[in-house]
Amino acid sequence: MHLRRLAVEDFRSWERAELDLEPGVTVLVGSNGVGKTNLAEAIGYVATLGSHRVANDAPLIRRGAERAIVRAQVVHQGRELFVELEITAGRANRARVNRAPVLRPREILGILRSVLFAPEDLALVRGDPGERRRFLDDLLVARYPRYAGVRSDYDRVLRQRSALLKTARNRQADLSTLEVWDGHLARHGAALLAGRLELVDGIAPHAEKAFSEVAPTSDPLSLQYKCSIPGELDRAALEPMLLDELAQVRRQEIERGVCLVGPHRDDLVLGLGEGPAKGYASHGESWAIALSLRLASYRLLKADDVEPVLILDDVFAELDAQRRRALCAVAAEAEQVIVTAAVAEDVPAQLTGARFAVGGGTVVRTTTGDDPSDVQENG
Amino acid sequence: MFEGPVQDLIDELGRLPGVGPKSAQRIAFHLLAADAADVTRLQEVLQKVKEGVQFCEVCGNVSERERCRYCADARRDPTIVCVVEEPRDVLAVERTREFKGRYHVLGGALDPLGGIGPDALRIRELLARLGGTGPASDEGDIGEVIIATDPNTEGEATATYLVRLLKDFPGLSVTRLASGLPMGGDLEFADEMTLGRALAGRRALS
Ligand SMILES: Nc1ncnc2c1ncn2[C@@H]1O[C@H](COP(=O)(O)OP(=O)(O)OP(=O)(O)O)[C@@H](O)[C@H]1O
Ligand SMILES: [Mg+2]
Ligand SMILES: [Zn+2]
Repeated sequence: MHLRRLAVEDFRSWERAELDLEPGVTVLVGSNGVGKTNLAEAIGYVATLGSHRVANDAPLIRRGAERAIVRAQVVHQGRELFVELEITAGRANRARVNRAPVLRPREILGILRSVLFAPEDLALVRGDPGERRRFLDDLLVARYPRYAGVRSDYDRVLRQRSALLKTARNRQADLSTLEVWDGHLARHGAALLAGRLELVDGIAPHAEKAFSEVAPTSDPLSLQYKCSIPGELDRAALEPMLLDELAQVRRQEIERGVCLVGPHRDDLVLGLGEGPAKGYASHGESWAIALSLRLASYRLLKADDVEPVLILDDVFAELDAQRRRALCAVAAEAEQVIVTAAVAEDVPAQLTGARFAVGGGTVVRTTTGDDPSDVQENG
Repeated sequence: MFEGPVQDLIDELGRLPGVGPKSAQRIAFHLLAADAADVTRLQEVLQKVKEGVQFCEVCGNVSERERCRYCADARRDPTIVCVVEEPRDVLAVERTREFKGRYHVLGGALDPLGGIGPDALRIRELLARLGGTGPASDEGDIGEVIIATDPNTEGEATATYLVRLLKDFPGLSVTRLASGLPMGGDLEFADEMTLGRALAGRRALS
């Protein structure tokens, strides 16, 4: 799939920006702070309904504006869809597809799929488990959009149940409904957990292979899902297992006023050789692992027959020659790649294509595709 | 901040559901600019609502009398009761024209985040009604309860909770609206056809 056009209004630093895009490589060049990542973020938002930089929407709206708008024209298998999103802080966002409003923004998930590489990816290796859960869940939704519903149902039940536990701790509140919430937490939690386990099965071989290509001299990478339920998991009985475990920790939960069991406590453990990557991997190795996770996401989606749009935000400057080559090889086979860089020299010479100069609040196309045959081959 | 009464008006309007600070300001200035007659009419309606409208003693629906029109209507089947969250859901079910029984309005759903537990809902009144000790003990035995809470997290939890409680009534059939309602939504916003089909295809829970 590819983006044919991106337009934003009052998004981050942009009062207005419009880009006509083509399959193949597009490079956005401009000095620090001119708004390149903001554009990459807008594309990512259409694909995931979230930002790779912030957890809530408020910072996405230009200071002083009331709402931000992102419009994207997406071409997939010869079909063109026009998505419009209105982002409002503290209120439900609104979306339209081909000008018709949809009931909930999450109905647009799946129209645009993208894999975004960004400097923030280092947090996948070094950050909290929450970063890795988000990585898994975003990819799960990119593969199967119905998981957006599973995820939001689970989050809602979790918040309700946590609120109940908290009030139960503070005053002798009514716990007669706790079992009801347990049942719902286990049901939605089991659905989410099943999705994640299958996803890890799917992505692990891709990630391990990608890592061996990107960092051939390092110890091998391994991925393992760590569940808050101790012991062997019976995948056919996740819901009863979660219920059992909730019963086990019930007293502790009431004492502490927090929900101690469920996919919100899980982690994706990244191993390097015999030990964990977190706390042990070198800076370069950490980068290589993050890169491998994104490459694996790309390959997994591609194996499902959706060619995601590849977005490479300022990543080349961080990579050594070996890793640049590995990334370029993937970029060369992608239907569409959008690259940002502060200076043109950071972008490997192989990645030729359309070029836009970003600066002074405008985006201006400076070249046509360097090699027209390039565009045809990819399109 | 505006002066005295203008700011008071903005503050009051801002307390209404769905009205943010910006809209509150807009409405306030609209009222300031409006004809005195228009404002008087609004004021009268507001007062009448508070004085003249009460809650039905049987089902909790809004009503002009002690009993609402559904509870007072002898042609409606008293043996089947549809449990909803809010009075507006009664209207949504009525629009389908599929349902000829009576209602029970809970006044909300279980919502620990909002501090709403079972005691804040009209569940005790429902149990009394089923036990034949409610204010309408003359209405006869209830044989079926349809749980029509919203198809979202809070509504589903409320439904599960009710099903557990209603197990204690032998012979009572408890049904839940069939799926097909968009999950995560409000009953109120389901279109008539979908809601009608959900009513017709309700499934037994106990
Ligand atoms: N909500 C907002 N309103 C106005 N300006 C914003 C908003 N959010 C971010 N900005 C501005 O956007 C700029 C950052 O843009 P962006 O991250 O896209 O830069 P960049 O071109 O990617 O730079 P670099 O090369 O350093 O990565 C900053 O100057 C920041 O102040
Ligand atoms: Mg940047
Ligand atoms: Zn009534």
